[in-house]
Amino acid sequence: MTDLLAVAAITMVCVATLIVGGLGLRLSRRTSDFYVAGRTVSPRLNASALGGEYISAASYLGVAGLVYEQGIDTVWLPVGYTLGYVVLLVVVAAPMRRSGAYTLPDFAEARLGSRAVRHVSSVLVVVIGWLYLVPQFHGAHLTLTLVTGAPDWAGGLVVAVVVAAAVGAGGMRSITLVQAMQYWVKLTAMAVPAGVLLALWWRLGAPPPAVDPSWSIPTFSDGADDHATYRAMSTVLGLCLGTMGLPHVIVRYYTNPDGVAARRTTVAVIALIGMFYVLPPTYGVLGRVVFPSLPEGVRADSLVLGIPAAFASGDTASALTAMLAGGAFAAFLSTASGLAMSVTGVIDQAIRPRLARVAGGDLPATRGFRYAAIVAVAVPWAISRAAEPLGVTTSVGLAFAVAAATFAPLIVLGVWWRRLSTWGAMAGLVVGGSTAGGAIVVAIAVGPLDGWPGALLETPAAWAAPLALLVAVLVSLATPERVPPDTTRILVRLHTPERVGLARSGRDG
Amino acid sequence: MARDLDEQTELGGVYLDGLMRAQLRLSVTVLTMLVLGVAAVPVTYAIVPSAVTWSVFGVPVAWIVLGAGPYPAAWLLARWYTCQADRVESDFAELVEPPGADVGEPPVAEVGEPPFAEVGEPR
Repeated sequence: MTDLLAVAAITMVCVATLIVGGLGLRLSRRTSDFYVAGRTVSPRLNASALGGEYISAASYLGVAGLVYEQGIDTVWLPVGYTLGYVVLLVVVAAPMRRSGAYTLPDFAEARLGSRAVRHVSSVLVVVIGWLYLVPQFHGAHLTLTLVTGAPDWAGGLVVAVVVAAAVGAGGMRSITLVQAMQYWVKLTAMAVPAGVLLALWWRLGAPPPAVDPSWSIPTFSDGADDHATYRAMSTVLGLCLGTMGLPHVIVRYYTNPDGVAARRTTVAVIALIGMFYVLPPTYGVLGRVVFPSLPEGVRADSLVLGIPAAFASGDTASALTAMLAGGAFAAFLSTASGLAMSVTGVIDQAIRPRLARVAGGDLPATRGFRYAAIVAVAVPWAISRAAEPLGVTTSVGLAFAVAAATFAPLIVLGVWWRRLSTWGAMAGLVVGGSTAGGAIVVAIAVGPLDGWPGALLETPAAWAAPLALLVAVLVSLATPERVPPDTTRILVRLHTPERVGLARSGRDG
Repeated sequence: MARDLDEQTELGGVYLDGLMRAQLRLSVTVLTMLVLGVAAVPVTYAIVPSAVTWSVFGVPVAWIVLGAGPYPAAWLLARWYTCQADRVESDFAELVEPPGADVGEPPVAEVGEPPFAEVGEPR
């Protein structure tokens, strides 16, 4: 179904992104502008930007589809996404800002004084970022094809080009404005149609969803049904810990003016994403009211876009679908630009010294950053064309699980434990990354498994994250001579409030 | 006192330990409340199996509890934590730099080597 309104909505979102991103072009001059927006982002703006970045294709399209297919157990997903910010707040928010780093590898290197830890962290940032970017492109393929009939490579390409342009234009300054705007676009684009659809549903006499009872009964109640309790709890744990380990979330914390502002930002983010997360399950339930099974051409991940046509007809349906499609593109663009930003920062730091040597030393800093932005976006786009789509929420869940088993233990121990040694940190990263990543690769390669093997491999966070933490602690205790000598000095910086006049040189570059 | 912290004298170390312990205690309290809140759902259904049939105005209670309940609860918990953490920090600040005491200028330019080099800068 070709739909002019939907094309107009998607075009508007893309053009607005480019215009707002272009504003950053005028504002961004220094390295700190590109990486951390000069560390001057107020809590309100930063909270909108975090909300804009965090609500991805998985939240916007994926959750409703999963609720439709699997029922109430999947409502744990948005709950986990939200609780992740509470964990982030109490464990790392303020110390992360006070670390004065630009990227996660900066933090790892400065805290542990080790280039090796830095390199491993850089690789992990790129892996997690790309794992998370691929489903955004898949979501874009799906949406554009469904609402306009465009060929299936077009949607992802649009997102890739717009994101590379916005990131390359002004780095973090551009992205902050773009994402803050897109949070409100997404909230409106999802809340207004939800209100209209609920009113239409009410006028139909509020028919109940056509489901068998088990759909709306939490599986905890009926005993060991394929270890549903473990799966739900492991997923929630993965999301709770994964949030603080996601490089594109953490990088936004470095843009706060100080640690107190970092906490205020987090409280505001929880309010913003909480408002949003009531909506996707509503669409899942409404979907069950009108579709006993998925209609032709609609997949679970595009269910949201198919619902208006089932409740209304003609212009009303077109307008609502167009709004939802525009909001979906806002979701792909804002999440993808945050991810591209964090991957770009890391790639830029890694390749610029080499590029500069090749170019004879006169490479402008901004040009290196822009090359890196293109690489950061092009590779996952190519992967999304080559790989079979996994389901948007599943792929994003994998990125969370890997983050939960690698960066989460590193950050928790790095912020709170004096005896963390270089080798301990390294062992934790390697063990966490290989077990969580390996479990997921095996689960995908082997296909769905039953019983404990399936549950443990498909939702590895509950065992891989504690295992990585334990390994990091044990190896650190066994190698006390590898504890960085200036650990205390760094912990003083991480925990002392800004108003105490420490010699904080080097924090605000 | 700020200088003690800076130069990592034993006294500075004692104060830092106090600050970190107070903050950690607060964080662990919040995390415990979070775990109890999440675990309450499966535990309730295990203890009271009939809870699955409860409903309000035809909407199953489970959908309300899971679909809408956690967000305001998370926000209140986050707000409470932020107030407490800010208080811990202002107590600490008053301890090391009592208002009115002559603490001199913050020794901003004294330390040569920055603790966090600008690793992001072009080299």
